[in-house]
Amino acid sequence: MHKLWASTYKEILLLTRDLGGLAVLFLMPLLLVITITTIQDSTFKTLETSKIPILLIDKDEGTVSESILANLDASDLFEVVKGTDEEKAQEHVQKGLYQLAIVIPQDLSKDLAQKVAENVENILSRFGMEEENIPLVRSKYKPKEVRLYFDPATQQSFKSSVRSNIDQMISKIESETIYKAFQEQLTDDESEVIFDTQHFITFREIDPSNNQKPVVPNSTQHNIPAWTLFAIFFIILPLGINMVNEKNQGTFVRLRTQPVPYATVLGGKTIVFLSVALVQFALMLLVGLYLFPLIGLPKLEIANKLPLLFVVAFFAGLAAVGLGLLLGTIAKTQEQSAPFAATFVVILAAIGGVWVPVFAMPKFMQTVSNLSPMNWGLNAFYDVFLRNVGFSDIIPELALLGGFFIVTTLIAIYYYARKNAV
Amino acid sequence: MIQINQLSKKYKGATDYSVYNLDLTVEEGEIFGLLGPNGAGKTTLISMLCSLLKPSSGSFTINGLDYHSHKNQLKRLIGIVPQEYALYPTLTAFENLTYFGSMYGLKGKSLRDTIQKQLEILGLTDFAQKKTKTFSGGMKRRLNLISGILHRPKVLFLDEPTVGVDVQSRTVIIDHLRKLNTDGTTIVYTSHHLNEAEQFCTRVAIIDHGIIICQGRPSELIANQHEIRHLEDLFLKLTGKAMRDHA
Repeated sequence: MHKLWASTYKEILLLTRDLGGLAVLFLMPLLLVITITTIQDSTFKTLETSKIPILLIDKDEGTVSESILANLDASDLFEVVKGTDEEKAQEHVQKGLYQLAIVIPQDLSKDLAQKVAENVENILSRFGMEEENIPLVRSKYKPKEVRLYFDPATQQSFKSSVRSNIDQMISKIESETIYKAFQEQLTDDESEVIFDTQHFITFREIDPSNNQKPVVPNSTQHNIPAWTLFAIFFIILPLGINMVNEKNQGTFVRLRTQPVPYATVLGGKTIVFLSVALVQFALMLLVGLYLFPLIGLPKLEIANKLPLLFVVAFFAGLAAVGLGLLLGTIAKTQEQSAPFAATFVVILAAIGGVWVPVFAMPKFMQTVSNLSPMNWGLNAFYDVFLRNVGFSDIIPELALLGGFFIVTTLIAIYYYARKNAV
Repeated sequence: MIQINQLSKKYKGATDYSVYNLDLTVEEGEIFGLLGPNGAGKTTLISMLCSLLKPSSGSFTINGLDYHSHKNQLKRLIGIVPQEYALYPTLTAFENLTYFGSMYGLKGKSLRDTIQKQLEILGLTDFAQKKTKTFSGGMKRRLNLISGILHRPKVLFLDEPTVGVDVQSRTVIIDHLRKLNTDGTTIVYTSHHLNEAEQFCTRVAIIDHGIIICQGRPSELIANQHEIRHLEDLFLKLTGKAMRDHA
């Protein structure tokens, strides 16, 4: 025990003597979480408050294009700029002046109305007649296409969202036109209500946690856990450097000649670097609670989840430290440990779902993601932060994180023993 | 005290043995000098005796104990002063010594007193609270020595303990080693300072290409050779004047 305490104290001294390194260790993750949350939050706000300029080339100039224009205006997402030349519109979008150009084809309203009328007439003419007597009438109207030109730099998610909105809009216009055609065929009185044109199927978003006071997920609720975890795992970088330094300074050689188990040496490092991870986590929470509201970002809602959050941070920290101990044991030089640690953490974050949600990954990557300790940690954090679960629900993730620490540390001890077997 | 039997070491990928079938006995209370040109096998031999390197073959015992069955006992018995400084540069001298002393199980007042005493003997008391990165080469050598003797080892291995230090530091180090030896510590040391070894060692072995080419008391070795007046003359006669550069 005395040797473990001495090792811990030595690690504390080494860490506190490098004030620059300590500042980087604590400040950089804070800077990271503030930057990312600010960017994401302002992106949401931009979408909510400012409109995206789009070009509309209206070759139709009929009821359909009027309806599309009215819907676009009503969406509050777009600022519609009218143009006349499709080629110029294409050029503007290609240059990035507009993110999107919509070209409504000529005679769309007229042809749609006639096509629908033709169909309605066909349907009505069948009433009371034997099917075999009715010849199939081929429509003379060819399908029309609304052309969309997207800026090549536009993200796929934005494209999908716009495509889906326009598709919905067109479907709605088509339905209305069909209703209108039936109305015209069945009555001469335009004011007579024959159909209830209200949507029969609607949807409503319900909080699955069935909580009395559900937490509304915002950029802070998502970013604090994700980037805190990222910062916690970044601890493998200074830990790896710390261990390689000991090898280079010759102090490690002296330790090998002393009657002290390698596990004790690692124990001292574990205690100190795990404490660093927990302090990092506490700072992140403080930033989310007190600094974010001051700079106009959503406040972090932790309610009475603090103990559970620290439990998750503790186990995530353990997993990160275990990885750092293994890396520090194997690496011989800073050139090996530092770039590997930095890159590996980014990879773990990527496959762990810090940037792209796991469900949005390809099947294979989803399987790989299950092997990432950052994924276990992130799930546990989201469970507590957003799904409001209890301790028993996060036990599987905690067990995985704790198991990861044990396995990596045992491998480190085994590797050390084999490498230094005499 | 130290019994070495047919000890050999061949590094992975090397064509020659660094130490080959070496037999040697070091008696309790001796100051034994391992002398030899660069690459002769001195550091390899000491590293094996300190359990830092695995021998390719052969065996050794220290105080009747072998490494395989008495690892921790042996580690408490021996002290090592490596050729490279084994110190934490951002810790003070006192903090370095406290840590290394603790790893031998020393603690409390007795550890603090031992550190103060050793710092005083080696002239470092005024620098106890200074970070070792500010120390000169001589000061680091002396601190390196203290780190290896805090637990009063029965056997002390020193790999070139006076390399790169001024005459003053060297004198203090050698005097202190003599005192330790008088107090019962057996010393095995390597050096390129042959005059120092001639004065300091009770017995020496000249080692080259991994084998011992002569051993005995310095005065006897010199006396047995015609026209040899110093250990250095004997050394050159036995090992030649050719450079021993190796990479």
